[in-house]
Amino acid sequence: MIAPVTSKALKIGVDVGGTNTDAALLRGKSVLGSCKTATTDDVMTGVRESVARVIRESAVNPADVGAVMVGTTHFLNALVQRKDLSRTGILRLCGPTSRALPPMVDWPDDLKQVVDGGSAFGDGGVEFNGAEITALDEAAIRHQCAVWRQSEIAAVAVTGVFSLVNPECELEAARIIGEELPAATISLSHQIGQNGLLQRESATILNASLQALGQTTVEAFKAAFAELDLDATLYLTQNDGTLMSAEYAVRYPVQTIASGPTNSMRGAAFLTGLDDAAVVDIGGTTTDIGIIVSGFPRTKSEGATLAGVQTNFRVPDVLSIGLGGGSVVRTDNGLTIGPDSVGHQLTSAAWCFAGDTLTVTDLVVALGRVRLGDPVLVADLDKDLLCQVQGFINQRVAEIIDRMKPSADPIPAIFVGGGSIMVHGQLDGVSEVIIPEHFGAANAIGAAIAQVSGETDRIVSLESTTREAALEETINTARERAVAAGADRHTLEIAHVYETPLAYLPGNAVRIVAKVIGDLRA
Amino acid sequence: MNEWLLTEADLRAIAAGAGILGTGGGGNPYLAFLMAREQLRAGRRIRVIDPDDLDSDDVVLPLGGIGAPTVGIERIDNGDEGGRLVKMVEQVSGKKITALIADEIGGGNSIAPMFPAAQLDLPIVDGDGMGRAFPETQMTSFFIYGQPLSPSALTDACGNALLVTQATSAMQLENMMRAASITMGCHAMMSTPPMTGDFVRQYAIPRTVRQAWTLGTAVENALNAKHDPIDAIIEQAGGTLLIKGKVIDVERRVVGGFVRGVISIDGIAADRGRRLTIDVQNEYLVAAEDGQQHAMVPDLICIVDLETGRSIGTEEQQYGLRVAVLVLPAPELLTTALALETVGPGAFGYDFDFVPMIQKN
Repeated sequence: MIAPVTSKALKIGVDVGGTNTDAALLRGKSVLGSCKTATTDDVMTGVRESVARVIRESAVNPADVGAVMVGTTHFLNALVQRKDLSRTGILRLCGPTSRALPPMVDWPDDLKQVVDGGSAFGDGGVEFNGAEITALDEAAIRHQCAVWRQSEIAAVAVTGVFSLVNPECELEAARIIGEELPAATISLSHQIGQNGLLQRESATILNASLQALGQTTVEAFKAAFAELDLDATLYLTQNDGTLMSAEYAVRYPVQTIASGPTNSMRGAAFLTGLDDAAVVDIGGTTTDIGIIVSGFPRTKSEGATLAGVQTNFRVPDVLSIGLGGGSVVRTDNGLTIGPDSVGHQLTSAAWCFAGDTLTVTDLVVALGRVRLGDPVLVADLDKDLLCQVQGFINQRVAEIIDRMKPSADPIPAIFVGGGSIMVHGQLDGVSEVIIPEHFGAANAIGAAIAQVSGETDRIVSLESTTREAALEETINTARERAVAAGADRHTLEIAHVYETPLAYLPGNAVRIVAKVIGDLRA
Repeated sequence: MNEWLLTEADLRAIAAGAGILGTGGGGNPYLAFLMAREQLRAGRRIRVIDPDDLDSDDVVLPLGGIGAPTVGIERIDNGDEGGRLVKMVEQVSGKKITALIADEIGGGNSIAPMFPAAQLDLPIVDGDGMGRAFPETQMTSFFIYGQPLSPSALTDACGNALLVTQATSAMQLENMMRAASITMGCHAMMSTPPMTGDFVRQYAIPRTVRQAWTLGTAVENALNAKHDPIDAIIEQAGGTLLIKGKVIDVERRVVGGFVRGVISIDGIAADRGRRLTIDVQNEYLVAAEDGQQHAMVPDLICIVDLETGRSIGTEEQQYGLRVAVLVLPAPELLTTALALETVGPGAFGYDFDFVPMIQKN
């Protein structure tokens, strides 16, 4: 027998959600198969099952799979459940400034107790124009490391004032901490967040507390895929819809924390070939609506709140409403739909499954749009009511799309998620309603097609440099970050560069945000 | 004397109400709120007293932050800025400071004086110098009605302090303070000269801390009871609803350190078919419809989220927001001929005279 030459041309995308684990298998731009399994408590069983199934159903050779891209709620769950988190030493480099508010001042108490491994204010930090606040105090840092060594701290978060203007003191502190605590993982704020000390510091601490879990998770994924005879490179998807290598994910797990909605929106864009559209993801309990701009989700201007902690992560600007397939329909006091839902109990509670709760799914079944349960059980539903409910759903969805879209012009709307069948007909302000093939696994497909990016966000004073030089330096930093994250240098393209003059600052201070994107390095 | 001892819930309500009184500017009160809250949690107290309870010989120091919000959220205060100002002013004036007051009730500066007040156990006077937010120091009722110009002072988070012993005008004081705050890293705490109890009773915009609290509490109660927060704001503040609508266009640019622009709002529901435009210069200045001005500075033009009643700052404006535009009457002290020279439409470059909202209806 002649062994086939392996091409490594196949990619598998996996999305581990709270309820379902989805997988999709792609060759180039064609989706060969997709499937949905229940998320298991240990996560890995579900992942293994769903990947094995998609390989089997697509009838491909596992050896041809070159890469597996995973989006997971792992890390967010760890934070929400306050488990598997490392106690973290916290160093704020600020000189005499910034002492009015200690680290974690606005954290939930129970999470703080689990994560707080002792914090210190230290000399260091810079002003908005890069001038030193105070010089770094090396002896003080070594002393603090001795304290942390005593309490067996293995994770440290370092945040310097205006480190986005000049990261030097964070890097130098990391070098010193590395000498004192060689086994510790060190998270530096300039690699993680944006302007806004407290929120960037919080994100850095979250990252530090998740690094050990990041390590074991990545190893578990690798072991699971090895069991399936996959010899593929592992990537994780991050909050902005791009990939990070497994090695990078171990260092920056917090960057993967909110990738679910992003993957679903990117998948929707890919499945329809549209770069600018509204994406409506309808599940059992909620409908999430976001906007794709140039193929990527539009992000919120304010930072995300993760497990009760305010950070300045940019996450997709998604509006959720309590409307899904399981939403409860009431007619006793005028027509109301949701926001409560029967959720997982749909198959026992809904009318069409002989339950006693009228849900949106029952109405969709009665309209003959989907075969679920026993249609006879809902056959007597009033026709006017069905029309009314359809009108109500269409209007609610249209209203949110209109609220989210960037201008008054009509835009196309892509429907993904299991509940997409709920919407029917035209929507106000929407140019086209599209329900693509594989709509149920858009999130896994979004993971499979992800590219690699690098981003920089800094405030630059143009007193000591020119605008052109500042732009070039910012873009170059973004490029290097993309390459470090696994991008092919030759395919890098600038995704966006924003320059914002800052109010009340002297006329020559600008904030520059640059992002570059490229294909995955082969 | 009646003292109002603030709780964490009070602080939260004041921060929310101060956002509404910020008329789109004034900065986010979140960090100031956290700082004041930490003082309460450390067992200190924040006492608020009515201006009518001031004695003639009370010495009241106005305090507030000056600088760029972008810096304020990154290089946070040391925490001793306010205390050092009080000490320095006491030394140079030879007078013991007996109370503090906010320069500006709109936005973060509403709460800024509460942190040093708690540290030093000084009372806060229920009032301020603007009754809203304005972009510059000379725009307080204090300066308009004759507060001396010196000694004024600045302190920063790094341990620097600056004392102004002479200034030729309030505008010149603003210019010097602004320049100095930039060399202090673009963020500093500022005090203008101490005022007598009599002066404050007469010329402070009275009871604006209570007003902010009332607004914030009204919104919170309305939301809890599932009532309309917009109705609650109007009921509590005696304002006028201009329009309920949707932001359909935001035009924005930065000119000389100030954010200027125009926001267009199309009416929804009962207001369908109407279009309102709002001129912006850090704050909301003029509301017009069909070329007709409905409301103008110094009346307070407030834009809040239609569903939550939360104030929406000029920087947050974007297409699609569902908003209510409300006008609250300017405090009487800001609508005299003398005050309008400094805070009327003319001071912001308009060639028309102030017409109060009340006269129009």
